[in-house]
Amino acid sequence: MAAVEDIVTEAPAVEAVPKRAMTLGTGTSLVMLGLLLVVPLFVKNFIIFQMTMLLIYGVAVLALNILTGGSGQFSLGQSAFYAVGAYTSAILMEQFNVNYALTLPIAGVICFGFGFLFGQPALRLSGVYLALATFALATAMPQLLKLGYFEKWTGGVQGLVVTKPDAPFGLPISQDMWIYYFTLVITIAIYIFSVNLLRSRSGRAFMAIRDNEIAAAAMGVDVALYKTLAFGVSAGITGIAGGLGAITVQFVAPDSYTITLAISLFLGMVVGGVGWLPGSIVGSAFIIFVPNIAEGISKGLSGAVFGVLLFLVIFLVPHGARQVAIVGQQLIGRFRKN
Amino acid sequence: MTQAQFAERQSPLPAPLLAVRDVSVVFGGIVALNGVSFNLHEGQILGLIGPNGAGKTTLFNCLSRLYQPSAGDILLEGASILSRPPHRIAEIGIGRTFQNVALFPNLSVLDNVRLGTHSRTTSDIISDSLNLAWVRRTEATVNKKVHEILGYLDLESVADTTVSGLPFGTQKRVELARALAADPKILLLDEPAGGLNHEEVHVLGDLIRRIRDERHMTVLLVEHHMGLVMSIADHVVALNFGRKLAEGTPAMVQADPDVIKAYLGSKDQ
Repeated sequence: MAAVEDIVTEAPAVEAVPKRAMTLGTGTSLVMLGLLLVVPLFVKNFIIFQMTMLLIYGVAVLALNILTGGSGQFSLGQSAFYAVGAYTSAILMEQFNVNYALTLPIAGVICFGFGFLFGQPALRLSGVYLALATFALATAMPQLLKLGYFEKWTGGVQGLVVTKPDAPFGLPISQDMWIYYFTLVITIAIYIFSVNLLRSRSGRAFMAIRDNEIAAAAMGVDVALYKTLAFGVSAGITGIAGGLGAITVQFVAPDSYTITLAISLFLGMVVGGVGWLPGSIVGSAFIIFVPNIAEGISKGLSGAVFGVLLFLVIFLVPHGARQVAIVGQQLIGRFRKN
Repeated sequence: MTQAQFAERQSPLPAPLLAVRDVSVVFGGIVALNGVSFNLHEGQILGLIGPNGAGKTTLFNCLSRLYQPSAGDILLEGASILSRPPHRIAEIGIGRTFQNVALFPNLSVLDNVRLGTHSRTTSDIISDSLNLAWVRRTEATVNKKVHEILGYLDLESVADTTVSGLPFGTQKRVELARALAADPKILLLDEPAGGLNHEEVHVLGDLIRRIRDERHMTVLLVEHHMGLVMSIADHVVALNFGRKLAEGTPAMVQADPDVIKAYLGSKDQ
């Protein structure tokens, strides 16, 4: 028993980011925002679609970052929350004719509830054991979605086709471009809310739990409540990302939301830097574009090439994009001095 | 009416702020505390002493509800605290520090001390995410309070430093600042002098007295450092093997033959 407890407490401690360094400077933020606003005007529809997916996965990685980087809990089950969000949006739009924009808050609320409830039994687990429990959730989800009992809503194995929304108010832009800007607005809002949350009293409570549960309780932090809240918030944001994903891809099917997606999101978080919110977009870019690059290098061995590229990143910059940003900042500082 | 109750009624002191009544704690077959009773009065500095394994920290952990006593009761201002979960102890005015420093190592000094105010403030995740006006007002009050305490304990210069990089002595002061931030009625200090040098212990003694006098707190102190306890405590309780050995003024306890025996051993052993 003692040995087990040792493993639990020594299980991968979350590398924490100082709170001041959790966001980008104003200048960098504005440049990023400018790029995200302007680039779609000059590229093809397929690239716009990819940029939309970049934002959507960015939001999903950010959600995992709040859970792992913020409250110190692991999850390999984010694909399940993403799937519930995607199906909620798809079913509401196709079966109940709800406006696409309205389905997103509903998806968020349902996933928050789902995550909050899942967080209750998960309270007894931590570290690798929690990772395994969430893994089980991710494995079960595609099969649950295929169940005959739900088929008249979910479309069973076939999934559901979602109608692409047109730009409103007769705006002269393509559907893809409209969805992109719609997603961008939601992404920015979620990013700002998340930064606010992590800087607030609740965010401090998350991080206190991550660092020392007993001390957190002694300060009056309801450890069980905040741990489940972190799960709920993370699941809720992932659900909104899932809903946006369903609208963008125009299709939901059980096999789009397997454990592979959950592992990709986890990968995105590590590559972006655990706990560093701006890194989420870098992690998202990695999981979207690097497989394509790998395929460009070798069609037959794309998986192996991807593995090598991933290995190189983890080996060279174990703290991900955050580490690159810090080194870059130091270099600029030195350059200015000279 | 038992003799103890009778004595309490006759006592000239007012009702105790904290009353420990016949508290026993059993781990498996080991009796860590065996029917320990004492009172802590408002404004007192009470020193809890005893050799290693005497049950001092066990008693502390009962007070902060990390352990559940198998018998007895603990009353704060006459009301039992034993039905409260650990996270609802800070709000009734019991604050503590830990023997081996239990800070939040990856957070700044400022955030550690801000967390001390958690039990004194409210918020919800939606208002926090939207950074509503009332949330900003609460934060402003918290920051004012936190900076006042950092100034009081001379920690302003390290306010933005991450705690894990600070020397041990400073970390102990940060922990004290975090406990003060909740404005506790009773401050539980678990071996505050541990790991400090002679000079630092002297400063700490003055500081504890100042906190009692200026911030009107009652202090329960567990300490190995006899010099510190004897110089600042008004009242001393000595424990050994989970039992109360002696109680009284520092001079009385220091002269008690049982206490001397527990610390130094007796001739016939």
